[in-house]
Amino acid sequence: MMPLLTLSWLVPLAGGLLLMLIGNGDGRRNGLIRWLTLAISLVAFVVTLALWAGFDSASAEFQFVERQPWIPAFGIDYYVGIDGISLLLVVLTSFLTPIALLSSWGSIDKKVKEFSIFMLALEAAMIGVFISLDLFLFYVFWDAMLIPMYFLIGIWGYDQRIYAAIKFMLYTMAGSVLMLVAILGLAYLHSAATGSYSFDLLKLYALDIAPQTQMWFFLAFAIAFAIKVPLFPFHTWLPDAHVQAPTAGSVILAGVLLKMGTYGLVRFAFPLFPIAAAYFAPWLALLAVIGILYGALVAMVQPDMKKLVAYSSVSHLGFVVLGICAMNVQGLQGAVYQMLAHGVSTGGLFLMVGMLSDRRHTRLISEFGGLKAVMPRLTAAFMIITLASIGLPGLNGFVGEFLILLGAFRWDPRYVVAAGLGVILSAVYMLWMFQRVFYGPVTNDENASLPDLQPREWAAVLPLCAMAIVMGVFPTLFLKPMEPAVQKLVQRAQSVQTLQVKAAPKLPAKVHIKLVKAVD
Amino acid sequence: MLALIPLFPLLGFLFNASFGRRVPKTVSGGVASLVMLASFAVAAMSVWQLAGLPVEERVIDQTLYTWIASGDFVLDLTLRLDPLSAVMILVITGIGSLIHIYSTAYMHDEPDSEYARYFSYLNLFAAFMLVLVLGASFLVLFVGWEGVGLCSYLLIGFWFKKKSASDAGKKAFVVNRIGDYAFILGTLLLFTHFGTLDFRQLADAVAPLPPEATFGTLSIATLLLFIGATGKSAQIPLYVWLPDAMEGPTPVSALIHAATMVTAGVYMIGRTAVVFTHAPDTMLIVAIIGALTALMAGTIGLVQNDIKRVLAYSTVSQLGFMFLAMGMGAFGAGIFHLYTHAFFKALLFLGSGAVIHALHGEQDIRNMGGLKKQLPVTYWTFLIGSLAIAGVPFLSGFFSKDEILFETFAHGHWILWGIGALTSLLTATYMFRLVFLTFHGERREGAIASGSHLHDAPPAMAFVLIVLAIGSVLAGYVGVPHALGGSNLLGAWLEPAFGIMPAAGEEEAGLELMLMAVSSTIALVGIGLAAFIWLKRREIADSMARSFSGLYNLLLNKYYVDEIYDAAIVRPTVVLSTDVLWRGFDVRVVDAAVNGAGTIVGASASMLRRLQTGSVRAYASSLFVGVVLILGYYLWR
Repeated sequence: MMPLLTLSWLVPLAGGLLLMLIGNGDGRRNGLIRWLTLAISLVAFVVTLALWAGFDSASAEFQFVERQPWIPAFGIDYYVGIDGISLLLVVLTSFLTPIALLSSWGSIDKKVKEFSIFMLALEAAMIGVFISLDLFLFYVFWDAMLIPMYFLIGIWGYDQRIYAAIKFMLYTMAGSVLMLVAILGLAYLHSAATGSYSFDLLKLYALDIAPQTQMWFFLAFAIAFAIKVPLFPFHTWLPDAHVQAPTAGSVILAGVLLKMGTYGLVRFAFPLFPIAAAYFAPWLALLAVIGILYGALVAMVQPDMKKLVAYSSVSHLGFVVLGICAMNVQGLQGAVYQMLAHGVSTGGLFLMVGMLSDRRHTRLISEFGGLKAVMPRLTAAFMIITLASIGLPGLNGFVGEFLILLGAFRWDPRYVVAAGLGVILSAVYMLWMFQRVFYGPVTNDENASLPDLQPREWAAVLPLCAMAIVMGVFPTLFLKPMEPAVQKLVQRAQSVQTLQVKAAPKLPAKVHIKLVKAVD
Repeated sequence: MLALIPLFPLLGFLFNASFGRRVPKTVSGGVASLVMLASFAVAAMSVWQLAGLPVEERVIDQTLYTWIASGDFVLDLTLRLDPLSAVMILVITGIGSLIHIYSTAYMHDEPDSEYARYFSYLNLFAAFMLVLVLGASFLVLFVGWEGVGLCSYLLIGFWFKKKSASDAGKKAFVVNRIGDYAFILGTLLLFTHFGTLDFRQLADAVAPLPPEATFGTLSIATLLLFIGATGKSAQIPLYVWLPDAMEGPTPVSALIHAATMVTAGVYMIGRTAVVFTHAPDTMLIVAIIGALTALMAGTIGLVQNDIKRVLAYSTVSQLGFMFLAMGMGAFGAGIFHLYTHAFFKALLFLGSGAVIHALHGEQDIRNMGGLKKQLPVTYWTFLIGSLAIAGVPFLSGFFSKDEILFETFAHGHWILWGIGALTSLLTATYMFRLVFLTFHGERREGAIASGSHLHDAPPAMAFVLIVLAIGSVLAGYVGVPHALGGSNLLGAWLEPAFGIMPAAGEEEAGLELMLMAVSSTIALVGIGLAAFIWLKRREIADSMARSFSGLYNLLLNKYYVDEIYDAAIVRPTVVLSTDVLWRGFDVRVVDAAVNGAGTIVGASASMLRRLQTGSVRAYASSLFVGVVLILGYYLWR
């Protein structure tokens, strides 16, 4: 059988390497490079669709598993596999990459080759993160992801790109270091328990870690991921990175990169350290709820469209973290669904804000107004995505949000009472922006003759709008493949939680051993 | 077959949204109206089929597919026709069709693309409203619930170039969202307790329980649902969006106020009647809010000068009556009033549209007067609508309003009855103030196009007005009370949908007749009062406004509620967000800390830069060194 999973990240990487061979000194082959890059990303998309086609939705196990020894001395393997959760995120990545490439078609005209290479390398690394089952491999992909992103912001970004790129790098590096220490520590624990190092996620799942130790490890992982999410108060890199990044960078950043943090919580922090997770979950959820309201309130008063959408992401990702903290089927499925939905709708918002910014070279809301009369098609598409982002039933945002609220309500209704206010605020800030940009008379002459969506832009916008509707009307298509994996995670967590974990740090060692056995 | 009912208007929406700008008006308007008529036909056939079933089996379910499934939460997209939704779909598709037909003439001056956009929204509105009333569970209802909120946003803000219009649209959506927030919380609370969102299963689970003596789960849940209803149905404290909603084209107001949207809250309480009856505390709150809203809106309606605004406040007031009925447990009476109100309020709004159409956009009744002769069709139909809403005997509004007042009195709530009776007086007075100022007397100075010949409603509009006028007269005869020798067919038809029905006993017929006499007198007194003040002695109105200028201004400014909300909620939120959270916390606290750290790292990096070439590599190498040190410590300690 074809090693499909390896292909899914190797295709974009090899494609990137291939582009290096093309001489493009004076930019005369820009067209060829653009088409070639698009083709490569579409091949990668087809590969991930093949994964979906071959995926057994009824199974909770990792599928398409491939394993090769890499650094045997430390028990490091090339070890990849996907369950329903990672499958969907991989597909999201390969779905958004061609769209991001289309968005940069006209706006990126310097160093097109390098840009394309970075985009493909980024895609490869992102997919790698989602499929790694070896923690060392995961860490390699995780850090590899930062480099292309850093350059995408730093080279093709707007005026303050260097500041934003460095801030982005600093924040995430700080988290990465913590995580690396924790990963190495885990391998050490494994060696202490069994006599050999291992970075194998499944083996580490089975490891019996003392509650007190879990606390430290969980914190290291959780902070690394919280920065990436970004969870309040680690969020301030996000608005800068988004505002300064080129459109394609923003689309990928919002669409995929922000899910790395929440994915990490789901895949690593919570299941590896269930006792600590249960202990910290209420605090994490509190930060999440603060983030939901904080992000929404600050988004409301932003004068810059990109910043507004960036802060709205803080709010939406707060919902995701809340769902994860609830650790029940609805909460977790809602969280994963919201990750996908947010990828589609916020990706779409950045895409279209980018189109406006390409046309007018400004992102200030006050510079626009009355665009509905000038560009009705863009307005209609923007409306659909706005409504998706607001969480209108029948569109993608609602399903995740509702399931999260349901899951969280079953866990602790107080969080929902607060988080639900975010639902009101999201309507306020999105519709207010929409009103100021698209409604009213055309006040600025520069807006009077803006061209409506071009065919290439249609090609980027249409799949997103279609996906927003499909995900809202037929959510079971996406809920079903992930359900077994989610069930498994929840069972693991709940078998710990039912055993009175709130007092876990003070539990005597004997009780703890029983507890861990019950988990497995 | 049920699915076809919302599907037809949805297809109409898709057609006009995709091709509308490329086809002539006759096609876009024609398609939109035809799909509504088709939907009406299917609805009528379905109701016929329903009526053919034995009373206790009158439920038709159609499950389309599983919408959301997650663990033990499985939600099917199920549509359900029962006696309650039957009444609703007939009102929505029937009155809705008429409004579509009327609109083909009313909107004729819009360019093709705007015309098509208008009709696409109108169809979508009807489709969502039909989903709302046909949905068999809270969540399917919520699809329609949010959907009509969206459509009202789009239609109120239809003339998007006008800031007041887009403001009003946004206000409608946001205020509704506040209600939706409470609605969702109520839904979640019910689901966690009863494990289902299906209305029937929920009713079956709740029915055996005793009514809550204290304020428990059911009371909280129903109160939350009711807050949701106050948003949609424009009750205190969330009514503020509805009067502004008249910024939309006039037929839209008719649609929102009569056939769709604002009835949703009343309907929802009827739909969950069993749960509400188990929460007597909430029921009382519903009744009190309803009565107070009715009175408050009635007083405001008395002094407004915009023809549509008067009607808007009258809607708020009439909805208050419906909630009063619901709170009394007289669900049948509430839905009855909803149904008769749909006729005369649609008629009144469309009539006002005909006036505005004839006067080329003039809406201020101070600039009208004497239109009786020039707009005969509009005048006579408008008069019938006003008589019906005022509660003049043997017109539709009389039967439904009296039933509400009777039920209130019979339950011993004579204060609420008194408020209701007083509101009836106000209703008759402000409606006839409107009639007299608009149609009687002489054309006043300052009137636009005065002296020129005015055109009465064109055929499509006149036809609709006449049909609705006939409806406003006759619609009440499906609910003639026993006291008048009728059999209250509608009440009996609806009974099974509410589970329980506190039927008024025969022995109270005397009381009922007496109360009818009282409220008929009130209606006539109200009309007489209006005639005396605004026909005979206009100066009385002015001198009263002057001598009670404080009260007059309070009413004219709608009790300053909008201003209070703005000062107490909107402004503080904006200031908090801008100055405290964003410029305060984000920039001064977090970023300052990060930039401080950045400076330190930058400084150390610039030292490393002597060894390395680029700053990123410097960071990477410092990272690497750090990692090795930490790792080394960990492994060899």
